[in-house]
Amino acid sequence: MSLIQDIDYGTPASKAERQVTLTIDGVSVTVPEGTSIMRAAMEVGNQIPKLCATDMLDSFGSCRLCLIEIEGRNGTPASCTTPVAEGMIVKTQTERLKQLRKGVMELYISEHPLDCLTCSANGDCELQDMAGAVGLRDVRYGYDGQRHPNPGIDASNPYFTYEPSKCIVCSRCVRACEEVQGTFALTIAGRGFDSVVSPSQEQPFFDSECVSCGACVQACPTATLNEKSVIDIGTPSRAIVTTCAYCGVGCTFKAEMRGDELVRMVPYKDGKANRGHSCVKGRFAYGYATHKDRILNPMIREKITDPWREVSWEEAISYAASEFKRIQAKYGKSSIGGITSSRCTNEETFLVQKLIRAGFGNNNVDTCARVCHSPTGYGLKTTYGTSAGTQDFDSVEESDVIMIIGANPTDGHPVFASRMKKRLREGAKLIILDPRRIDLVRTPHIEADYHLPLRPGTNVAVVTSLAHVIVTEGLVNEQFVRERCDWDEFQDWAEFVAQERHSPEAVEKLSGVPADLIRGAARLYANGGNGAIYYGLGVTEHSQGSTTVMAIANLAMATGNIGRRGVGVNPLRGQNNVQGSCDMGSFPHEVSGYRHVSEDTTRTMFETLWGRPLDEEPGLRIPNMMDAALDGSFKGIYIQGEDILQSDPNTQHMAAGLAAMECVVVQDLFLIETANYAHVFLPGSTFLEKNGTFTNAERRIQMVRKVMAPKNGYEDWEITCMLSNALGYPMHYDHPSQIMDEVAELTPTFAGVSFKKLDELGSVQWPCNEKAPEGTPIMHMNGFVRGKGKFVITEYVATDEKTGPRFPLLLTTGRILSQYNVGAQTRRTANVVWHEEDRLEIHPHDAEQRGVRDGDWIKLSSRAGETTLRALITERVAPGVVYTTFHHPGTQVNVVTTEFSDWATNCPEYKVTAVQVMPSNGPTEWQEEYEELTRQSRRIAEPLVAAE
Amino acid sequence: MSPDRLVYMANQIGKFFEYQKANEVVPGIANHIRKFWDPRMRKAIFDYLDQGGEGLDPPVRKALERLKGEAEGKHRKDALPESSFQGT
Repeated sequence: MSLIQDIDYGTPASKAERQVTLTIDGVSVTVPEGTSIMRAAMEVGNQIPKLCATDMLDSFGSCRLCLIEIEGRNGTPASCTTPVAEGMIVKTQTERLKQLRKGVMELYISEHPLDCLTCSANGDCELQDMAGAVGLRDVRYGYDGQRHPNPGIDASNPYFTYEPSKCIVCSRCVRACEEVQGTFALTIAGRGFDSVVSPSQEQPFFDSECVSCGACVQACPTATLNEKSVIDIGTPSRAIVTTCAYCGVGCTFKAEMRGDELVRMVPYKDGKANRGHSCVKGRFAYGYATHKDRILNPMIREKITDPWREVSWEEAISYAASEFKRIQAKYGKSSIGGITSSRCTNEETFLVQKLIRAGFGNNNVDTCARVCHSPTGYGLKTTYGTSAGTQDFDSVEESDVIMIIGANPTDGHPVFASRMKKRLREGAKLIILDPRRIDLVRTPHIEADYHLPLRPGTNVAVVTSLAHVIVTEGLVNEQFVRERCDWDEFQDWAEFVAQERHSPEAVEKLSGVPADLIRGAARLYANGGNGAIYYGLGVTEHSQGSTTVMAIANLAMATGNIGRRGVGVNPLRGQNNVQGSCDMGSFPHEVSGYRHVSEDTTRTMFETLWGRPLDEEPGLRIPNMMDAALDGSFKGIYIQGEDILQSDPNTQHMAAGLAAMECVVVQDLFLIETANYAHVFLPGSTFLEKNGTFTNAERRIQMVRKVMAPKNGYEDWEITCMLSNALGYPMHYDHPSQIMDEVAELTPTFAGVSFKKLDELGSVQWPCNEKAPEGTPIMHMNGFVRGKGKFVITEYVATDEKTGPRFPLLLTTGRILSQYNVGAQTRRTANVVWHEEDRLEIHPHDAEQRGVRDGDWIKLSSRAGETTLRALITERVAPGVVYTTFHHPGTQVNVVTTEFSDWATNCPEYKVTAVQVMPSNGPTEWQEEYEELTRQSRRIAEPLVAAE
Repeated sequence: MSPDRLVYMANQIGKFFEYQKANEVVPGIANHIRKFWDPRMRKAIFDYLDQGGEGLDPPVRKALERLKGEAEGKHRKDALPESSFQGT
């Protein structure tokens, strides 16, 4: 195994259909019109020397190293900026070109420090390579002229250094920040010899607008921008392609190793989700994998007040199995259940639900999608027939109007946000429905055409009002609707949305959105060309989450924005494998492929292969499990990779439910908050330590590859097998590929999926079967999966979570770029420097009324509970609305959120909680008690020393 | 299972289906509860129904009575029209 060297073609590929044939150094080449000569040459393996060019960026033509000669033309143009032409005859190597290139390199090298032997990029430096490529043997100007006065090294960023003296001012970093990331944090300051890369206003990187995506580091041809890990460890010696374990974008990375040490994660250009880009989490925040907090030995305890006792795997598994058996014998078959993880692989998730259905003999299995995108499953399956988004990420390149509802892509899905921003800079229009002024409302070179700052909880009213405008102003795509949708249902729906009470003027009163904004946005979406909707948890985490999803689906059908590239309805999934965990049958009512447990044919197929009868009744959802625990009918749970205590609503209710159980088994990397209530702890493995697959938000199934041995001894799927075997339900697999084979055998939409195919193709998007052997990038191309598209009446029903004199403000929650979910991973990396604590965003008017100053400690209280945190005064939130993140267990913001939930799926209403904010002097009683509980709960007993 | 919570959940489901086509209301509610509620939740609300079912909205009550009849073998499961709401 060796390093994977991506071919750098120098300039991006042309998408033109017309082909052009030319001759380069006597070799005939045919490429798409618009291709650069540099790229055309590389297509036939002829690498023209270059420094400022790289195929992730548009050509720039500044280094003058890639000069060529063209027969019949004067001069020596740059091959990166010169497009091919029919019949062109090009020479890349002549005496004149050789002399010119040497001259250019002499100038570069004369100004570059020659400390190659001790340079961190030694052996991985394009300047060094090019000096060799042009045959540089002497520098007439001497070696003393370090161009820049050496201002030292900027090591302010936790992950990379900036060493200006090594900069050749190729501007690749500046262009990467602009073109790839779209942040525009870098520029070249000064002129001539004083030219220098400047983060923001010549500030240290950490203080600048840099978001640490790593695009500049990747683009840098020298050691000017270099990973600290490379400086510390040295250059890597081998690489393995794998998939990021953070958000639902599913970026592909090269894990570059030296021995079994991970040197760096480098985004993989062939990754179809990320196209060579990354964010601060996937690129840099992997240090949790080796963090000292990781638990590597199994532990048990009889009571949660006892200290943990480290035991052998055999003892831990045997204890957990005997407890589950005891509980079932005493309280019945349905008294135990489990939770699959959206952070684990498809194969691991599939096994956990198999263990529960076949081993436990019930359907008490649920997953974290319960608290995020379960309404997406319900809404899209109802309207279109498939519980998933309709597009691939590439589709955004053909969108003319992008509507973002209740999502904050630059923080939650940053790599896709960069692709979206690129399209917006190219001229696509932007509509945002969000109570907060998210970054995309106004960011460099992008400004939303319409920002509808709706009052939290009024999504259905506003989206239905958009439909009102589309119907009453004659903007419906009638041909599409007649061909693709149920016409009778459409007519009922059109009559419903046309009612005056859904007009923007009427809806303004309850949503707070000016009517003209609703009208303008609706007209733009309907008339603006390809309209694509992207949405997030701001849609789903409401008491009407499923209704909003269906209202969105209605909009897309009414305007014909479905079933082709550039359009569609696209849920931005939160965790890396939320889509996959749902696909694998993690919900209590359905097996893999979204088939209900009551379907006899489906159940028979599973029963035949699994050799056990399956229950035809649905099991308990997570919140129902807690209710049943308090009720005394649910007594044991197996939780793989999920911290329900911190992530689920009404923490005190959740804690009471867990405390009421007799056996809680937690399988995780760390002693997470839920483990405070656990009796068995089974140490888990990281994504670097296992084989399997993740499925991202675009239904793309991608390989996760083991780059090092599991530090805990086992991959997570092996632990589930051990538990199942101990319970008397044998599970034997030699490799996760066999588990995927089983999934394929049992699941029609996965029938064509195998590790072999994934290795060959890189990835596939389900459905992948006989009809679509290489997968399905765009859904519903020739009709909806359910047959006719279903229009659904979406009556607005106000949430029962009301503001009033006691709780006059509305709290909504979300996440931040540098942190991920409950923070168990990212809090154990250097990412904490960007977000050390959760803060409450509050509008200046609301803060002033309460005597709260920026940075003050405040008490945040609701009907469910109260917590304290510090205030951040900002106009990003509207008056009457406050916002915070949920990354830190010390804050435990879910102490405050309530148990109101989506009517169809019980997805909690995180986005609407009536609260009060008051100045505070210190932590709440609950916080103090919880801190003490945590301290007590994490005690690990010293091992007993055997007597002589 | 707290009857208050179950009644609240059932009425929430009812409020969605109340606005659908008249022939979808009761089957929609019944099918939803049958598809997504664990048997102990259904039993708990049937018991509550037997005690008078206070607070249950009329179409929800009808749907629950229908489901309860099914559970008691008074009605065939397939006697209720299939709902067009096939969400999962």
